[in-house]
Amino acid sequence: MVTMSDTLVSKEVLENTLAQAMSRGGEFAEVFVEDRATSSAVLDQRRIEELSSGRDRGAGIRVVVGETTGFAHTADLSESGLLAAAQAAAAVAREGGGGVREIALGPLTHYPTHATMLPADVDKARKIDLLRHADDVARSQGPSVTQVQVALGDSSRHFVVANSEGVYASDHQIRTRFNISCVATGDTGMQTGYRPIAGTRGFELLSEGAVEEAARGAAQQAITKLDARPAPSGDFPVVLAGGSGGILFHEACGHGLEADAILKHASVYTGKVGQQVASSLVTLVDDGTVTGEWGYLALDDEGRPSARNVLIENGVLTDYMWDYLRSRKEGRVSSGNGRRQSYQYLPMVRMTNTYLLEGTSDADEIIAQTPRGVYVAQLGGGQVNTATGDFVFGMTSAFLIEDGKITAPLRDCNLIGNGPEVLKRVDAVANDFSMMPGTCGKDGQQVPVGTGQATMRLTSVTIGGTAS
Amino acid sequence: MTLLEQATRILESATPGEEIEVYLSSGVDTEIQAYQGEVENLSTASSSGVGIRVLRDSAGGAQVGVAWAGSLELEAIYDALREARDNARFATEDEYIAFARPDGVTPADLTLADKSVLSTSLDEKIAMAIELERLVRSGDDRIRQVDSANYSDYVAEAVIVSTTGIKAAYERSGAYVSVEAIATDGTGDQTGWGLSAGRSPGDLDINVAATDAVSRATRMLGALKPASMRCTAVFDPRSTATLLSIIGGALSGEAVNYGRSFFADRIGEDVASSMFTLLDDPTDPRHFSASVFDGEGLSCRRNVLIEDGRLRAFVYDTVSARRAGTVSTGSAVRSGIAGSPSAGCRALQLMAGDVNQAEIFRRVGNGIFVESLTGVHSGVNPISGDFSVGVTGLMIRDGELAEPVREITVASTLQRMLLDIVLVGNDVEWLPASAAGQSLAIEGITVSGS
Repeated sequence: MVTMSDTLVSKEVLENTLAQAMSRGGEFAEVFVEDRATSSAVLDQRRIEELSSGRDRGAGIRVVVGETTGFAHTADLSESGLLAAAQAAAAVAREGGGGVREIALGPLTHYPTHATMLPADVDKARKIDLLRHADDVARSQGPSVTQVQVALGDSSRHFVVANSEGVYASDHQIRTRFNISCVATGDTGMQTGYRPIAGTRGFELLSEGAVEEAARGAAQQAITKLDARPAPSGDFPVVLAGGSGGILFHEACGHGLEADAILKHASVYTGKVGQQVASSLVTLVDDGTVTGEWGYLALDDEGRPSARNVLIENGVLTDYMWDYLRSRKEGRVSSGNGRRQSYQYLPMVRMTNTYLLEGTSDADEIIAQTPRGVYVAQLGGGQVNTATGDFVFGMTSAFLIEDGKITAPLRDCNLIGNGPEVLKRVDAVANDFSMMPGTCGKDGQQVPVGTGQATMRLTSVTIGGTAS
Repeated sequence: MTLLEQATRILESATPGEEIEVYLSSGVDTEIQAYQGEVENLSTASSSGVGIRVLRDSAGGAQVGVAWAGSLELEAIYDALREARDNARFATEDEYIAFARPDGVTPADLTLADKSVLSTSLDEKIAMAIELERLVRSGDDRIRQVDSANYSDYVAEAVIVSTTGIKAAYERSGAYVSVEAIATDGTGDQTGWGLSAGRSPGDLDINVAATDAVSRATRMLGALKPASMRCTAVFDPRSTATLLSIIGGALSGEAVNYGRSFFADRIGEDVASSMFTLLDDPTDPRHFSASVFDGEGLSCRRNVLIEDGRLRAFVYDTVSARRAGTVSTGSAVRSGIAGSPSAGCRALQLMAGDVNQAEIFRRVGNGIFVESLTGVHSGVNPISGDFSVGVTGLMIRDGELAEPVREITVASTLQRMLLDIVLVGNDVEWLPASAAGQSLAIEGITVSGS
């Protein structure tokens, strides 16, 4: 079985590596050592198709000189391997001659995991049983459920980060994820349903009740969509159900509030702190401290403790999200948003759990007060251009609203809009807050994030269907 | 010890009733980002890894287990082997599970690695990124920002060997530049991407990348949301390549076996316009994704999938082929050491038509020119064929490009779109993707605007 030592690399070796990284005149150096064990199991067509285990261990070293960052990574965690990587990263300091610098680290600050059932302690047979049970529950929803795919994955990620400013800290992040996808077949063809469960927790996340609910939900979503009609085309009021709608705020404004985009004047939100950028019903928070959520972290990947950061308060832009490099330029402190996919990547500004605070309206009343529109029960993935604010999202479960009632299910299609405009169109927020897990991609790096919101209404969004 | 020797040695651990497949890879890469005339990030790294699959013979067929490690140290390799063996015990016994066996197809004679990636100095590579940024900034007065100008390259070698007789070793390299320009007209911003790709730095044309980014960003300035309409859409080569990749996904034998493709049970039917002939040919060196071997170590080959609109074939790896009662088409794809082989297209190409882009605009008369697609992963369902994606582009009026448009979606079904193709361009663009592209006109598209 995989075991993880507390330190991965001794303090002395880290100090020597940092000294080597700074030896050519660097202003800042950092060593990030990571050891990650992952496992996955997939059930498809009633068969356990594959169990897979992975192990990835290595270090990423960066050196900052002026506006330039040098970076190198290595899977060789011996002192000679680390020193060679430090030398490669330091090559950006072209002038050379920084001389020998002593780096002395204090005691290690370690954040233990909150998980109670560690992945390595759970029998593979038990994971298989869970997959089979989910399959049974989904298929029991009706004969039209013709295919079920269930996946279970977990990761144990331990990292130590040390830098030339004395940061020396480690975190142990345990994450568990379960997804179920169903296909229902009817006269009109095939439709799909999907539910995820994911958290920064151990196997305890997957209670029987939670798994059964996800299995029923995915199967019912596919069955319901068999009767779906083509979605309309054009602008409509949209009511977003609590939970998955949060991704809209992640995409529509979250990315534009990341300081790397701001400092490059590549975001529509540059220079807008203190301005009204959203409806007064919108208070948007990015919060890495929500224990157990998918985007939870005790420590970001630069060794900064995570924090609760209010980005928009009652519609007024209050702050951006920051990592080490970007905050250093502005003479402030990081907001704990420096993240990286693995030791093989440079950290950059990333979201954690991004959510809209709930309001006071009743969800049913919001629907009742919408004469005609679209109710989005589940949003799928999305994409945004931070420079223009234009975004696209897939609706994976949506219905028409007619005379204040949810009526016909709609086939999958995208909705499209512009972040700054949509934020101003929030005219009702309910009190039924919930969160959803997601994977956020930026510049080729994937990190786990949470998104959340309560049921809410947007006065007008473009629906990209085919019906008139 | 070479990678091949190292991999072959691991096979010696196989016990009776067991097959082992070993995939080793090793490579070096460089990434440079330039910003405001300076190097913003410079990254150099070497990485290697091992992926192991173990197959256990069992009464009901075989069971397979997988493990991988991001290292070629002996301890990591043998830990992975042990884990893969253990994982196999839990897989369902399946008569169709098997590893590839040599099938006699001769490997294509391709040179896919250019060692000048290694001999070109870091200074020369840095100069390219900085010059690319400068060209974009000076390309037009309306360019107000360059988010980053990037240069990247790699050289990698890999081997796949198995106790079932597979022995494949190959090398490849790549070099890319890309840049995103932000243009402004004082009231709003627009962005445009430009890129150039090849197997070595010498293949790159930074002028092409810069010009493309500048023109794509500036010509979108002032873009408005048009009224909803139904019209003919002309997809530019990059958008067409995206469409072809989606269609390629539905031509995977695995998706077809499981009924997860709108092409299932339709071999021999006319599924597309008669001017549509689609091949997957990784042996054509013009594809950046060209490859001698597939993800199971079988020789890649040319597969005609749709011919004159008629569905001819699907692509298969070993397991999906056995399940379908046929043989592998040499189409196993695999995403690095952590991925298992699956059936997929690698180098799609639509046979070129005989009209250029300007002639397509002229013949279409009025419609929309689709320059970029967004939300493809969320808006296309390869099972039902539902298609709804975000688009930016320009209107086509009286046979010429007219005003830019944004914040719209185009929607149809993939089935309908294939049949509604009216013109195929001769302007093939080879892209660093699983498909090449050319201009393509499709009628009857629903455009959702205001």
